[in-house]
Amino acid sequence: MNGTRRRFLEWSIGVLAATGVLTRGTKADAADPPDVPPWMKSPGAGFNDYGVPAKYENKVTRTFPRSQPGTTGSGAIRAPLEALEGTITPSGLHFERSHSGVPDIDPVKHRLLIHGMVKRPLIFTLDALMRYPMVSRVHFLECAGNSQLLYLPTPPTLTAGQTHGLVSCSEWTGVPLRLLLEEAGVDPRAPWLLAEGADAAAMSRSIPMAKAMDDAMLALFQNGERLRPENGYPIRLFLPGWEGNMSVKWLRRLKVVPAPIMTKDETSRYTDLQADGKSLMFTYPMEVKSVITRPSHGMSLAGAGLYQISGLAWSGEGRVRKVEVTTDGGRTWVNAALTEPVLPRALTRFRLPWHWDGAATVLKSRAIDDAGNVQPERDRFIAEHGSNAIFHCNAIQAWGVAASGEVKHVYA
Amino acid sequence: MSTRELACAALALLVTGCAAAGRVETPNLGRPATAAEIAGWDISVGPDGVGLPPGGGTATKGAIVYEQKCQACHGAKGAGQPNDRLVGGHGTLASKTPVRTVGSYWPYATTVFDYVRRAMPYVQPQSLTDDEVYAVTAYLLSLNGIIGENDEMNAQTLPKVRMPNQVNFIVIYPRRER
Repeated sequence: MNGTRRRFLEWSIGVLAATGVLTRGTKADAADPPDVPPWMKSPGAGFNDYGVPAKYENKVTRTFPRSQPGTTGSGAIRAPLEALEGTITPSGLHFERSHSGVPDIDPVKHRLLIHGMVKRPLIFTLDALMRYPMVSRVHFLECAGNSQLLYLPTPPTLTAGQTHGLVSCSEWTGVPLRLLLEEAGVDPRAPWLLAEGADAAAMSRSIPMAKAMDDAMLALFQNGERLRPENGYPIRLFLPGWEGNMSVKWLRRLKVVPAPIMTKDETSRYTDLQADGKSLMFTYPMEVKSVITRPSHGMSLAGAGLYQISGLAWSGEGRVRKVEVTTDGGRTWVNAALTEPVLPRALTRFRLPWHWDGAATVLKSRAIDDAGNVQPERDRFIAEHGSNAIFHCNAIQAWGVAASGEVKHVYA
Repeated sequence: MSTRELACAALALLVTGCAAAGRVETPNLGRPATAAEIAGWDISVGPDGVGLPPGGGTATKGAIVYEQKCQACHGAKGAGQPNDRLVGGHGTLASKTPVRTVGSYWPYATTVFDYVRRAMPYVQPQSLTDDEVYAVTAYLLSLNGIIGENDEMNAQTLPKVRMPNQVNFIVIYPRRER
């Protein structure tokens, strides 16, 4: 590697947090043939108990941690969307949102209690749950507060992951919640369920029984292995497509109740304050959304030529039907290719080859789901909901490309 | 086998088949929970007051608990800093800079009891006595001008408190109107 290119890459990594610079191509250097590289001239390393990413990828980490003042685990840290491809988020990079840190739960000592309006209140151990019929489903999980920086009056100078990285996607495996509720003899007239975690906040939410009996799952596995502690080990409730806070982590208690409990996190938080001072409550499904992850804020295009636009789309109300992309600031829109399989309530990868002519422009993507929901432009979204809602922002993300190749977050 | 017998057999098969398809067999490994076990874990309190324990407290007593256990994070008299502001903000929700506090935003007074008991103080949750939780709840409601400083909050009085912003919540589920 020559000195100029190394300095360029170091600059890119330092400034762009390993978002990957979109280079013009490779120049000849010492790595090229005919020389044989040193790693072919002696045996490689031995086996690993538990594999970790290549050391050269150590800049690819969760990003933008924010916690309440004086705390370390009461807040969130985001997935570096711009550094990832495909649709599955590595478990170690899945976003985290916690309300009082990550509890260190001994699975042998963990219990799940189901009580309230049931014929038979029951206590389950993890060993017991492992013997129940399980299902595996690929689903996104998105914090209701994802993309909230788009409510700001000026565009945040942050990466795609820092702005939209409170969404991730995993294969979740666990026991359909319906099976346990049926064993407990749930009162068929009972309309609600309180779910409570075993963290120091005993974080709790009221869940409609219809969702609990439909596709709710007690997730035990994430991407083939047991849940990560920060994602709810040893049990989390999982409610496909609904705001992430309701998929209560470290689940210890389910109480069947006649009405919502009105917990702190469904009243003072996770309600959406509108411009007129009214607040929307129980806004459960996450709206249809998309974001171009490459190129995106902080990256730099190395001159005119062919680039591959790549991004993510999802909807809490079904499958992504279509993603339209504009490369000319909204004058024309073309359909991006969706990578199969397109699964309901899962991240969907879209791609589009793009010939950049070297002139300044604006890139945007617009997702449409199979329920007919269309991702709105930001100005329309703000006009409708105001700037104070904090949650449920699914406005279109615009990236400005300067003639220099620099890509920046813009409102356009 | 007569036609009638055949029909019966077919019907039986159909019924069995339907039952098998509709209901997944499960191993029934849940252990019955006793009332005492449930009581130890059931800390949720709804707006109807179900779940509120015996005991009570006033703002006067709550001020002492607050100064010792809450003030370092939430400021004197709930003014906020370094963490959430708990008092004031009335009339700001429709402005450019809304101030969401217990008084200006929270729709139910029972939520204050439920949340303080389960999650506060941040470094020592579930350490306050029920009387202390009632007293701190009374103190926060009193600072916000919602109850008087001598009003006792207990299992009977707390669910009757009407929070000023309750009328401004629009319940979206199950039909979302956005």
